[in-house]
Amino acid sequence: MRWLAQLRMRIQMLFGRGKAAARLDDELRFHLERQIAENVAAGMTIEEARYAALRTFGNPALLREQTRATWNWNWLELLMRDARYGVRSLRRTPGFSLIAIAVMALCIGAATSLFTVVRSVLLRPLPFRDPGRMVMLYEHFRAPGMNAQGFNYNSAAAADFYDWQTQTHGFDGMAAWRWWQFNLTGERGELPELVSARGGTWNLFPLLGVPAAIGRTFLESEDRTDANAVMLTWSLFERRFGGDPSIVGRQIHLDDKLYTVVGVLPKWFTYPDANVQVWVTFASGVPPLVLQHHDFHFSHVVARLRPDVSLASALGQVGAVQYRLHMQNLNAPVAEDVAARTLNDDLARDVSKPLQLLMCAVACLLLIGCLNVANLLVARGAARQKEMAIRGALGAQRVTLIRAQLTECLLICLAGGVGGVLLSLAATNWLARAWKDLPSAEGIQVDGVVLGFACALVFVAALVAGLLPAISSTGKAVFAVLQSSSRTVGGNLSSTVLRKTLLTVEIAVTVILLIAAGLLLKTFVHLRATNLGCTTENVLTVGYSLPQQRYGSAAKVNAFNETLLQRVRALPGVRAAALGSTVPGTGPGGDDTFTILEHPPLAPGTAMPDAMTRWTDPQYFSALQESLLSGRFFTGDDRAGRPKTVIINRQLAEEYFPGENPLGRHLHLVAEEFGDYQVVGVVADTLYKVGQPAKPTMYFSVLNGGNYTELSLAVRTASDPLAMSIPIQKQIAALDPQLPVYDVLTMDQIVGQSLDNQSLSATIVLAFAILSLVLASVGLYGVLSYLMTQRTTELGVRLALGAQRGQLLRLILFDGLRPAILGLALGSAASAGVTQLIRSMLYDTRPLDPEVYAAVTITLLMVATLACMIPAWRASRLDPMQALRTE
Amino acid sequence: MGKPNDLVQGTLDLLILKTLRPEAMHGWAIGKRIQQVSGEVLQVQQGSLYPALHRLEQQGWIKAKWAESETGRQAKFYSLTAAGRGQLEKETANWARLSAAIDLIMGEA
Repeated sequence: MRWLAQLRMRIQMLFGRGKAAARLDDELRFHLERQIAENVAAGMTIEEARYAALRTFGNPALLREQTRATWNWNWLELLMRDARYGVRSLRRTPGFSLIAIAVMALCIGAATSLFTVVRSVLLRPLPFRDPGRMVMLYEHFRAPGMNAQGFNYNSAAAADFYDWQTQTHGFDGMAAWRWWQFNLTGERGELPELVSARGGTWNLFPLLGVPAAIGRTFLESEDRTDANAVMLTWSLFERRFGGDPSIVGRQIHLDDKLYTVVGVLPKWFTYPDANVQVWVTFASGVPPLVLQHHDFHFSHVVARLRPDVSLASALGQVGAVQYRLHMQNLNAPVAEDVAARTLNDDLARDVSKPLQLLMCAVACLLLIGCLNVANLLVARGAARQKEMAIRGALGAQRVTLIRAQLTECLLICLAGGVGGVLLSLAATNWLARAWKDLPSAEGIQVDGVVLGFACALVFVAALVAGLLPAISSTGKAVFAVLQSSSRTVGGNLSSTVLRKTLLTVEIAVTVILLIAAGLLLKTFVHLRATNLGCTTENVLTVGYSLPQQRYGSAAKVNAFNETLLQRVRALPGVRAAALGSTVPGTGPGGDDTFTILEHPPLAPGTAMPDAMTRWTDPQYFSALQESLLSGRFFTGDDRAGRPKTVIINRQLAEEYFPGENPLGRHLHLVAEEFGDYQVVGVVADTLYKVGQPAKPTMYFSVLNGGNYTELSLAVRTASDPLAMSIPIQKQIAALDPQLPVYDVLTMDQIVGQSLDNQSLSATIVLAFAILSLVLASVGLYGVLSYLMTQRTTELGVRLALGAQRGQLLRLILFDGLRPAILGLALGSAASAGVTQLIRSMLYDTRPLDPEVYAAVTITLLMVATLACMIPAWRASRLDPMQALRTE
Repeated sequence: MGKPNDLVQGTLDLLILKTLRPEAMHGWAIGKRIQQVSGEVLQVQQGSLYPALHRLEQQGWIKAKWAESETGRQAKFYSLTAAGRGQLEKETANWARLSAAIDLIMGEA
């Protein structure tokens, strides 16, 4: 029952503390009274008895303290007391407190937001069964040149995947998915809709450990070319089918073919991204020839490692199979090796580098924030030297003083942390929306772990910012303050040195941030100014894709395309209209290998030439104002049934026809049986993506009538191109009401969109850098003002002895500029190393770009001079009489 | 007794428990009783007594009650709890063993 008594005691001591204190006083008073009574009984007078009793009793305050120290919750009481003192002393200097709290709120808020994003994107395991043992497998080209182009993780060919699956034993299972999209139409005139789709092997969902929410997942027998099973994701199920479970077993129209809904995926399943609306089987709709081919790279392979096998040995097995395939297909683009990465890395491949950069930037910002608060605290510590000395003299231990100051700093950081978390709630939402390509963007939210992180941050920040000032402002040396006369000349040397050191570090880190931001900004400006090689002004693009089912013949495809072009060209305000499979700036599109008929056969072992493929109508080049270098553009005669023709770009001509005229030569398309195309023209290069070098490209006539999954109608208009989007869509709907359009964008929007992420990271780093600059200059100003106050008497003496005001101005100015210049030098030197790390994020900008360094140096010096000028000017305005009279 | 070290502190706890064994007492009386019984050898200073009493109370070995004292004034009376009684027996046995051991060593000389 002792624990019960103890518990009762604990509760009593927690809630009845005031009463207990009164009782203790009463108990001690009773003791004293008895002592006095005893003394009186021994024959003393009342007065004598009282003094004697008090003498034996000792220091009542001390006794009370010692007794209270045995009570429960004593630590809590001490903490509360420190906190109370802290709040009181912070409220005495509201200016200081508000600035410090605001600084901390900004820094902690930024860090928390970024951590939230990093956690959901890079750290949180995907919600699959045992995700730690799952990897993505890719074909890996060893040549460094290929790696630079992103071919180190190349999607596998379906045939490679099947061989890996059957011929290796290191994995429990291997599944694959491919990209697809469908035109979803309704039976009762519902709006047609282009839905993003994926084709997954039948074992994909069991391998991931994802059950169907309704119905079932795919069967092995459904993973065939002619299969027509489909699974819906939850969002489509809810949105388009009203969440009615009876949809399972019914049929829906995809590209005008009937597919049977076998199941609905769970709501949380958003892999590989949340836009996917339907899943079909991997082989569904893919010609058997394509599945057996080793150079059609479209499979994303997911594999689950066997528990008793190491990743290295499992990869070794797959690598051996792949090398054999490479040796069997020497001329085809079949990689020599395989590479693996985790599912998280796979999803975050585009964002992990910028995220890491931002994490570093925010760490710098946090460090600067802490240094700044530390600096402010040192200044306060100097102003409170007397208080510390008196408290020490009255018996406060050094630990107590340090604890009190740390508590104060912790209070600042706590208040800042609360503000920061509130800030980050807003900032995280904004970041998740503004940052395209961020996987699992909808899962990014502040939760317990994030709050824990923020709390940890608060304590670390409090320690970093508070410990140094607290230690430096306590200790033996402070007693000297009591001894020295109140008129000190020159101030406390050690705290001045400390503050200047803190300031130098702060400025150095700021310089690093500024330079990184400058480089990223310059990259962005360069990217923004990139010339795609065609006009981007007043051009609207509208995407559509003709379903195979209804547009099975070249005649039907051509009829639709040509009628559409005619009608659009007839619209008022349209300058030109053209069709292209992939307009410049929208990505790599497709590519194909070819040989040149007139050239000798390739030496064994050399890779077959490869070029990007584009289909265009005759007016495409003139509409987009791409220039012809030699030969001719397509004409209306370059169509199905006529001699096959191809137009190549300058890059292809220079690479594969060095020193010869490519016109009249023939390209043999390996993938096509009778694919010999005569080169009729050479056009200038266009960029398939901003920031990427031009690649060899082959243009074919769209009038060949093949069924290309996607086409873009590019329309050049006289005025605002977006105003034309509705009339153009009406023309398409008039021709085929079942045909959905997508990606209705201007060329400027396309270029802008592809730069969204660069612009975002450049903007954020720049914001951090500017914030740091502001913090650093405030720090500089603070230090100098403080020094000025400390030296008022000295300056007064100098003035009285005949110093010129200009001299004083220079004196203070250079005193302040010294840490700035030192920090600038240190920061520039450090940047030279640090910026090498972001080399891969730079475009057309060297890490040691002299312009950026010069701009940063000038900016920093200007801001620093400005920050120093005010205290320096005030020093030169001093009235010597006033200065000498101040204490 | 100055600043109590571990042995002294443990001993003081034992002395307090032993003194409280027969009846409830207030702090002043406990001090006096120890002084008297030890033949004026042990003088417990308030600086040690009250922290020790409060510690024992927090630990649940003794409990306190406010009651009228012999002078008619309210005073805090301490008495043993059941757990305290058990603790006293254990401590007494410990003490007996310890002092016997010390006696053995001292007797040898």
